[in-house]
Amino acid sequence: MMDISDNFKESPSQTAGPYVHIGCTPNFIGIKDLFKGDLGSSMKFGPVKGEEITLKGTVFDGNGEPLKDAMIEIWQADSSGFYNSPKETRGRADPNFSGWGRCPVNLKTGLYKFDTVKPGRVPDREGILQAPHITVWIVARGINLGLHTRVYFPDEIKYNSSDPILTRIIESKRARTLLALKERKGLYKFDIHLQGSQETIFFDI
Amino acid sequence: MKVQSKTDSYLRRNRSWHPKALSPSYKSSIYRSPQSKLLSFPATQSEETGPVFGHDLIGKLDNNLIHNSAKQGQSAIGSRIIVFGRLIDEYNRPIPNSLIEIWQANSGGRYRHMNETYLAALDPNFSGCGRTLTDENGNYEFSTIMPGPYPWPNGPNDWRPAHIHFSIFGDAFSQRLITQMYFEGDPLIQKCPIVSTLKSKIAVERLTGFLNMTKTVPMDSLAYKFDIVIRGNQQIFFENKPEGS
Repeated sequence: MMDISDNFKESPSQTAGPYVHIGCTPNFIGIKDLFKGDLGSSMKFGPVKGEEITLKGTVFDGNGEPLKDAMIEIWQADSSGFYNSPKETRGRADPNFSGWGRCPVNLKTGLYKFDTVKPGRVPDREGILQAPHITVWIVARGINLGLHTRVYFPDEIKYNSSDPILTRIIESKRARTLLALKERKGLYKFDIHLQGSQETIFFDI
Repeated sequence: MKVQSKTDSYLRRNRSWHPKALSPSYKSSIYRSPQSKLLSFPATQSEETGPVFGHDLIGKLDNNLIHNSAKQGQSAIGSRIIVFGRLIDEYNRPIPNSLIEIWQANSGGRYRHMNETYLAALDPNFSGCGRTLTDENGNYEFSTIMPGPYPWPNGPNDWRPAHIHFSIFGDAFSQRLITQMYFEGDPLIQKCPIVSTLKSKIAVERLTGFLNMTKTVPMDSLAYKFDIVIRGNQQIFFENKPEGS
């Protein structure tokens, strides 16, 4: 029999497996008779405030092979640094921006892509403003517990250099794994490496 | 001036209770498991808020997998079951209005997916996809059919026990969870390399849906109860500096 306390431990995680699309993005795999559009496929409900950007990239395994069955979700503040959440007490987020996106990687290339806005700065628990960032969550076959990380922006040098999270990272070479590459104005690439010399920093938060 | 305010703070994940990233018996984890240490920091609003969804999102048949992909007057093939339970946090508080998404194989163990290669037949009246929002007490319910077990390429003869995948949101992005529900009494549970990524029998039991005769509908459906627990929110008071300092 289970101990009472065992009943209230978090339900243990299990892999999303290779068919996560059936439940999370059915339209993406051709199940079109069920839901109107895939949840999180668009983060904008109308004209949005701030700089519109595209975030794209690939998730690589320990052999340098792109994952073709991963699903990525992002969560971020709007361009003023407000979250579209009932818990947001500092101000009101842009009502045309959800802040949440979900993207299955391309089944052939492994590429993911989000059309979003550049987030504003959000204070940490001490009230210190963090550098603009996007929170990322990755699931796939072979990933037993969803992986959390963050994307920071390479063109925010001043804010990055005082960011309370980035400055915790002692190995500066690894800190770079949290920075997107700016390919051109409004287009950022953020590759995720699950293993190897370029392994992305994942979070225990 | 210092201001005292209340903030959400979620209990840490117990990483020896969850499966380890590298679980070699589950071969796909070998090259997909991070090897370096994880970065810990006091969570911020970025982790402690998350998307919420409204009841207007949910269609009438979204939680009825027997009918939500079936032609008029038809229904999915298989043993009719109800899967239900309560979504709570580690303090036994119900989590209301929270999105739960599920997916599963059909009664023959076949998924409706272009990468699926198992030779079992597709059911034209079944997609294996459902979703619902928990009610004000954290309760949820799906009507579906018993998924079949199926073989998969891992070891030379590995079979997945019957299972349903669950995706759970809670109300903070750090509570986000994907897991699987197994069925009480299935002899394949203890042979499964994915189940065995869990190191404790109790953890496996926690992912087991138990036959529940109370909820069973006579002459219609058996019922399985599966309660889900997400990370607990210990709201704390703290003193913060004015924003921007």
